[in-house]
Amino acid sequence: MKDVTKREDHDKSGGGPPQSKTPLRLRERKHSERFWTAVALRRFFSYRSAQTDGSKRGRKFPFDLFPAENYVAAMQKGNASTFDSPQVRFVMRMPMPQFFSNFLGRKLFRLLLTIQGLGAFALITLGVMIKKFGSARRVIRPLVFQEISRSGLQLLLMFLFLAVVLGLLVIGQTVSWASRLGATQYLGSVMVIVVVRELGPLIAALLVLARIGTANVVELGTARALGEVEALEALGIDPVHYLVVPRVIGMAVGIFSLTVYLIIAALSSGYLWAFMQNVPLRPGDYFSQLASALTGLDFVLLAIKTLLFGFIISIVTCYHGLAQPLRLEEISYATVRAVAQSVIACVLIDALFIIIYLAT
Amino acid sequence: MSAAHETSTRCAIEMRGVSGGSMRDLNTIVVEDVNWSVAPGDFWVIGGLQGTGKSDFLMLTAGLMTPVAGTYCFLGEEMPIFEDHRLKDRLRLGFVFENGQLFNHLTVSENVSLPLRYHHNLSKAEAAPEVQKLLELTELAPWADSTPGAMTRNWQRRVGLARALMLRPDVLLLDNPLAGLDLRHRAWWLNLLKELSQGYEWTNGRPTTLVVTTNDLRQWRGDRRQFAVLKDKRFMVLGDWQKVEAAGDELVRELRASAAHND
Repeated sequence: MKDVTKREDHDKSGGGPPQSKTPLRLRERKHSERFWTAVALRRFFSYRSAQTDGSKRGRKFPFDLFPAENYVAAMQKGNASTFDSPQVRFVMRMPMPQFFSNFLGRKLFRLLLTIQGLGAFALITLGVMIKKFGSARRVIRPLVFQEISRSGLQLLLMFLFLAVVLGLLVIGQTVSWASRLGATQYLGSVMVIVVVRELGPLIAALLVLARIGTANVVELGTARALGEVEALEALGIDPVHYLVVPRVIGMAVGIFSLTVYLIIAALSSGYLWAFMQNVPLRPGDYFSQLASALTGLDFVLLAIKTLLFGFIISIVTCYHGLAQPLRLEEISYATVRAVAQSVIACVLIDALFIIIYLAT
Repeated sequence: MSAAHETSTRCAIEMRGVSGGSMRDLNTIVVEDVNWSVAPGDFWVIGGLQGTGKSDFLMLTAGLMTPVAGTYCFLGEEMPIFEDHRLKDRLRLGFVFENGQLFNHLTVSENVSLPLRYHHNLSKAEAAPEVQKLLELTELAPWADSTPGAMTRNWQRRVGLARALMLRPDVLLLDNPLAGLDLRHRAWWLNLLKELSQGYEWTNGRPTTLVVTTNDLRQWRGDRRQFAVLKDKRFMVLGDWQKVEAAGDELVRELRASAAHND
C-alpha cells in the first residue's frame, strides 16, 4: 500500500529518487481487485473537511489512501480546483482489471467522473461568462472575433465545397430516385428532414470539431503543460475568461453560421444535380416544397442545436486541454479522448432533438 | 484592531505555521510549519537544492495555492486571493517564473502588455507607450515583435521579468532568476534587482520587496540581504550573510561554498 503512495507522491512532486526500485506495474499487481475498487469508490465519494492543522491530515477510513478534498468544498473556497481532478487521473491510471465485469465497472466510473468533470467545467465557464461579462472587453473582444474567424469564416470555403459534394451525394440521388418513383412531391420534406434537421448541423459540428476542436486540445494542453496557465493566474488573469470563453463563443457562433451556409449551399447544389439529371422539377416547385416543409420550429431548433453543438464541443475540448495538469506526452491521449467524447455528446444531443421533433 | 492584525499589516509577507503542498498535488507536502515575516523593502534569498520544493513554496507565497495548514497574510490580506473585489491587493505581488513561462503564441510586447491591458481594459495602442518604456528599460525593445520561440533563454527570462514588472508590484518573487544565464545577463539581473530593492525609476523610486530562490547562495551575498534555507521540508531562517557564514549546517555550507549546484 505504502509503495504505491510513495510512487504517486514521487510522480507528482517530480523531485528526488523513487522510493522503491520495484517496477510500478509489479507493485500495483500486489493488490486485489477489491482493494482497487474500494480505493476508487473512496476517491469518487471522498470528502475531507477543511482542516487547519496539517498534522491531522488523517485517514478516516482504512482504505483512504489519498485523502482528497471534496470538489465542492474546494470550489466554495475558490481555490481553482476547476483544473484539478485527481480522482480522474487516478482512475485513468489504475492497472487493468482481471475480470470483464470489473472492466465494465471501471468504464462506468470513468464515465461518471467525466460527466462530473465536464458538468462542473461547463457550469464554471457559464458562471465566468455571466460574471465577467464586459470586463476587460478590449482584450477579450478581439479574441472572440479571432475565434469566430477561426471557427467560422476561415472554414467557409471548405464548407461550400463540401456542401456541393453533399448535394450531389444525398440530394442529387434522392431527387433522381424520387422522380423515377414519381414521388417528387415529397422532395421538400425529405430535404428538410435530411439536410436541415440532421446532416447539416451534424456535419458542420463534426468538421469544426476535426479542424478547430483538436487544435483547442493541443493548444490548451501545451499551454497547461508548459505552465502558461499558472502564469495567467500569477498575473491575476482568469484562465477560463481568457482562454475558454472566447473559444466557446467563437465555436458556437462559428458552427451556427457555417450550418446555415452549408444548408443553403447543399439545397441549391442538390437542385443543380437534379437539373443535370433532367428531373422534371422547376426551381419554383422545388423551393415552394422546401418552404412548405419548413416550420418556424425548424429554425428555432436549428439555432439552438447548432449553438449547443458549439458550446459542447468547445467545453469538451477545452476541458481536456486544461482540466488536468497534463504532461506533454499526454496531450495526444487527451486529444483522442476529447474527440471521442465530443462526437458522442453531439450524437446524443442530436438524438435528443429528434425526440423533440417527434414529440411536436 | 487586534495586535495580530497590526503586526500583519506591517509585514509584506507574514506566515504562521504554514504548510504547503506541491503544485501538481496539494496533498504532497513539500514544506511544513513555516514561520516567516518579510518587512516591506526586504531582500530575501531562499536557498535549497533542486527538487526540495523551492518553486512550490514560492508559488504558495505568490498565492497560486492554498496553504494546507497555517495562516499566510500578504500586506495584511489573507492569501490566497481569488475574489474579484480583492484582486487589487493580489496584483501588488509579482511573480517571475524560472523559465519565464511566456505565452508562446504572443509576441514579446503582447506578453508584456497583457496584464496591463487586461486589468485596465486598454487597447494595444493605449498600452503601447508604457510597454515601450518598460521594454527599453529592460533592453527588450529590439525584440518587441518577436515571439518567445525566436529568442534565447537569457532574453526569454528577461521578458518574464518585464511582464511581472508591468503592473509595478510592491513585492516581487523570483524563482531561481540567475540559473542558466550567461555572465553578462547575470550581472544585468543582479544590478537590476539591486536597483529595484533600493528604489527604481520604473517603480517611481519606491523600494520593491524582493524574494529570490537560488541553489547558490554565494552570488547573492551583500548588505541588507536576508537568507533562509529550505531543507527536508523545513524552512530555516538564517539572517544576514554573517549568519550564513557562521552556520554549521552541512547544506548551508554546501550552498555557500561553491557554484557546484548551479545549473
